[in-house]
Amino acid sequence: MIDLCSLTAVELADLVRSGEASARAIAEAHLARAHAIDDRIGAFLRLTDQKALEMADAVDCKRARGEPPGALAGVPVGLKDLLSTKGLETTCGSRILEGYVPRYDATVIERLRAADAVFLGKTNMDEFAMGSSTENSAYQITRNPFDPTRIPGGSSGGSAAAVAARMVPIAIGTDTGGSIRQPASHCGVTGLKPTYGRVSRWGLVAFASSLDQIGPFSRTVRDAALVTSVIAGHDPRDSTSAPRGVPDLLAALGRDLGGLKIGVPREYFVEGMDPDVAHVVRAAIARLAELGAALCEVSLPHTEYALAVYYLVATAEASSNLSRYDGVRYGLRVPAASLDQMYARTRAAGFGPEVKRRIMLGTYALSAGYYDAYYGKAQKVRTLVCRDFDEVFGEVDAIVAPTSPTAAFRLGERVDDPLQMYLADVFTLPASLAGLPAISVPCGFVGAPALPIGLQIMGRQFDEPTVLRVADAFERAAPGARRSPEVLP
Amino acid sequence: MAERITKAEVVKVARLARLELTGEEIERFSTQLAAILDHVAMLERLDTRDVPPTAQAIRLEAPMREDEARPGLGRDDAAAPAPAWEEGCFAVPRIIAGDEK
Repeated sequence: MIDLCSLTAVELADLVRSGEASARAIAEAHLARAHAIDDRIGAFLRLTDQKALEMADAVDCKRARGEPPGALAGVPVGLKDLLSTKGLETTCGSRILEGYVPRYDATVIERLRAADAVFLGKTNMDEFAMGSSTENSAYQITRNPFDPTRIPGGSSGGSAAAVAARMVPIAIGTDTGGSIRQPASHCGVTGLKPTYGRVSRWGLVAFASSLDQIGPFSRTVRDAALVTSVIAGHDPRDSTSAPRGVPDLLAALGRDLGGLKIGVPREYFVEGMDPDVAHVVRAAIARLAELGAALCEVSLPHTEYALAVYYLVATAEASSNLSRYDGVRYGLRVPAASLDQMYARTRAAGFGPEVKRRIMLGTYALSAGYYDAYYGKAQKVRTLVCRDFDEVFGEVDAIVAPTSPTAAFRLGERVDDPLQMYLADVFTLPASLAGLPAISVPCGFVGAPALPIGLQIMGRQFDEPTVLRVADAFERAAPGARRSPEVLP
Repeated sequence: MAERITKAEVVKVARLARLELTGEEIERFSTQLAAILDHVAMLERLDTRDVPPTAQAIRLEAPMREDEARPGLGRDDAAAPAPAWEEGCFAVPRIIAGDEK
């Protein structure tokens, strides 16, 4: 008897297409596992058993009718709770959207449905995707499947943990400053942030519109390529969606790295970096040379400014985007005598501390008298960060670096120090600012109990194929870098 | 070092952001925002006089489309999640002073 929960999306879809397993059996197996273990992890905010089984049955019926099932036929998928999903409560991890049921599907949801994926439920996240530990969820914490005293990373911590714990082979996340790559690194799974504009944001609840991007979590690079090929592509409903075709992402896999030049930025191996993490990442990079890549040291001199740029740009955009939560059209309303009072009290009651802090910072950075000094300045320095990458990508085909400076930290360790929490994203922010595709793949472990470490691979804009090619070659060469969490059955 | 942000400024920003803050929140945000602003002050070290701003990294032109009517969400679907809905409108507290009791 095969353990359906240990299979990849590629394998599961093959079983469904060949008739060796039904979508229903696959959905039931994953739901059973999630119900059995998620009280110890907290990856899901809501498991939607009934909807999942309805979707699975529809896939099985389609096959019975002789219609060819889609690319993700019967593949169970976890959805970060900020993608508008028709008929399924969507909270963004916030009290202000508690009970909110969207009346339409995000483009990504439509495309997953069209590919015959099966939605198992909504995964936990930092409120409005603001955080690096998933501790800012208004509903629950999520524990790292490798060590339940530690954070899973964030903001897509529920999605990362659900995939690591084999509750689903695939989960969808979003990455604004590292929210796919950093939790992927901490949970020992693969997480891809596509190029800005590659995947439509229509129906995604906005945090920072010039940075937000949707991408997959998976346990293999091939699965990441498959899911990305399903969700990517131009969408006229998103004016920032890139009007260009998506190359065959699966064709990039299965190759060595001969002829590729890969840059190692010296600014990503700095003081403050955990030496054990640096050691594991250095060893992984050396492996890339064995696979045929030519390595060279490169410099991205404005790296140290990325955090400051990000926390001005992202909060400014967030303060504007989140102004829509005013108790008028949807979500929480706190009754008050005047409209102004209703706004202020609704938002005071509905938003958690980190969201308030970022709205405050963003509003300040945009306010009269400070706009040029903060927001305007940050946008200019963002140009310098982009130029660093432009220059280096004139010389190399990909850049490799640690995903995060440390392994997963302990629950509660950084909640009282926002700046320390923000530093968790210091290596993922630059690629976000420059709109680059970037992936985190498991590359080894540190400590006891062993905690996973991620290798980050960044590419030129719209060059997901090279990013996936390098990640896939590494994954095949280093099977020991992937492990299942020991604490779970 | 001069204070990066005063409590009075925090109160003003909270009003602009339509956030009712408690006294304790005002204290805490003053300290925390000051620490974050201290960090971002490092940007002042860079000369950016001739650097254009980046609003969005993939340098897209704003796309144009035909000005054609398309189906929208529809009134019933728009109304469904509303906290208060009366006579086909979102209902809110009175905003124009009138014959108040």
